[in-house]
Amino acid sequence: MSVRVAESLEEVCDLLAANPSASLLAGGTDFMVEVNYSGRRPASVIAIDRVPELSGWRRHNGSIEMGAALTYAEMEHPLFAAYVPALAQAARTVGSPQIRNAGTLGGNLATASPAGDTLPPLAALDARITVCSVRGTRELRLDELIVGPKQNTLAADEVIRSVTVPVIDGPQEFLKVGTRNAMVISVATVALVLDRARRSVRLALGSVAPVPVRATEAEEWIADAADWDSPEPPAGDVLARFGELAAAAASPIDDHRSTSAYRRHAVAVMARRALTRVLS
Amino acid sequence: MSGEAALHYTLHVNGSDRDVADAWPGESLLYVLRERLGLPGTKNACDQGECGSCTVLADGLPVCSCMMLAAAAVGRDIVTVEGLGTDGELTDVQQAFVDHGAVQCGFCTPGLIVAADHLLSVNPAPTELEIREAISGNLCRCTGYGRVIAAIAAAAEDRSAVRG
Ligand SMILES: Cc1cc2nc3c(=O)[nH]c(=O)nc-3n(C[C@H](O)[C@H](O)[C@H](O)COP(=O)(O)OP(=O)(O)OC[C@H]3O[C@@H](n4cnc5c(N)ncnc54)[C@H](O)[C@@H]3O)c2cc1C
Ligand code: FES
Ligand code: FES
Repeated sequence: MSVRVAESLEEVCDLLAANPSASLLAGGTDFMVEVNYSGRRPASVIAIDRVPELSGWRRHNGSIEMGAALTYAEMEHPLFAAYVPALAQAARTVGSPQIRNAGTLGGNLATASPAGDTLPPLAALDARITVCSVRGTRELRLDELIVGPKQNTLAADEVIRSVTVPVIDGPQEFLKVGTRNAMVISVATVALVLDRARRSVRLALGSVAPVPVRATEAEEWIADAADWDSPEPPAGDVLARFGELAAAAASPIDDHRSTSAYRRHAVAVMARRALTRVLS
Repeated sequence: MSGEAALHYTLHVNGSDRDVADAWPGESLLYVLRERLGLPGTKNACDQGECGSCTVLADGLPVCSCMMLAAAAVGRDIVTVEGLGTDGELTDVQQAFVDHGAVQCGFCTPGLIVAADHLLSVNPAPTELEIREAISGNLCRCTGYGRVIAAIAAAAEDRSAVRG
């Protein structure tokens, strides 16, 4: 096992090309649990936490581009939160301050856990993920990158470089249910994005299916059912139907964290709550 | 660890360069601090990022040293609880913990001290909510946190009184 601290993206790609079995290491908050507990013994490690091309975020015309090594603490920053509130709110719920100072967006994507908290906001925002290798770069949708629990479609020599999301005019919400407030893996999450210009709502669910899912029926229904010119919160029957359709999009399981019935219930409650908040 | 190359690298800890020789590459920073560099102040209670007793500052930010690969921490500025004060003297935060009975078994204390010290360095007048948030990654199974929060609040007040 050897450990290299990479200094540029080109170096990362070259090292991976020369040795595709090498493991990438960003914040270490998933990787080290495997080393400490599951006997993970990678032959070689490429540390990417200080690669300049992977760090920070930039604003382009109408979009935000985030480096893969962007940390949760950086996503919590008010300047970032102003552009991508749902992602900032999701980052705020991750682990603890210590975990948020280390854990990264790219690590959350590569780990591809059904409970990954950045995934529902990225799904709701139709994020584009750029991955690269010495062979070139390609751009993926979230559902092309994450295809099952802990299953991503990265080739062995590829690294996630960046994630791009649109800046959308309108409020956004991320809600998470867990057994306590700090340091908790999600039992169920929702990310809701209101698009004022298009008069549409995007709703994504986390921890309630093998991969993050969009509740497209709920989205289509509410686009017609909402009273877009009213400052009042939606009526009770509208909220109830929205919650029902959201829950119907979930395919949760029973596991050590919760039951499928509770997860479905939680999705309906959170979808109603998020909609109330963005529409009033 | 047969068949695995031993590593030799240098870490920057508490202001000095420290050589690490013949190390297994998978060692966490926590392990290296305690077992190789003679810095046992940083504690290990879970080895999985959950308890915060291994909190150190890396480039000024509190992180769990059990979640850091030591060999990948090369070039980072690491500060442990031993590096917060001068040898043999308590820092103001440590003194406040003593004065307010915020230490029982003491196992969580070093991590809490590092987290609290960092909080006061970036936010000299924290609200109670901000104090709770800053220590939300540090588990204590003895104190119930009340005295810990009181100690941190008192340290903040003392600092502001000194500043005048
Ligand atoms: C105590 C604790 C609490 C946690 N709480 C939460 C939580 O609330 N919500 C949540 O979603 N997660 C949580 N996690 C999980 C973890 O923090 C996140 O998944 C985090 O985003 C992982 O990022 P990292 O940079 O630490 O990844 P690492 O551990 O460095 O890497 C994880 C995996 O991703 C790969 N990888 C990393 N970066 C890239 C890249 N750019 N391209 C390709 N592959 C890459 C690595 O090779 C590795 O296989 C928690 C973890 C701990 C220890
Ligand atoms: S020992 Fe590192 S967080 Fe518990
Ligand atoms: S004093 Fe015992 S764990 Fe905190």
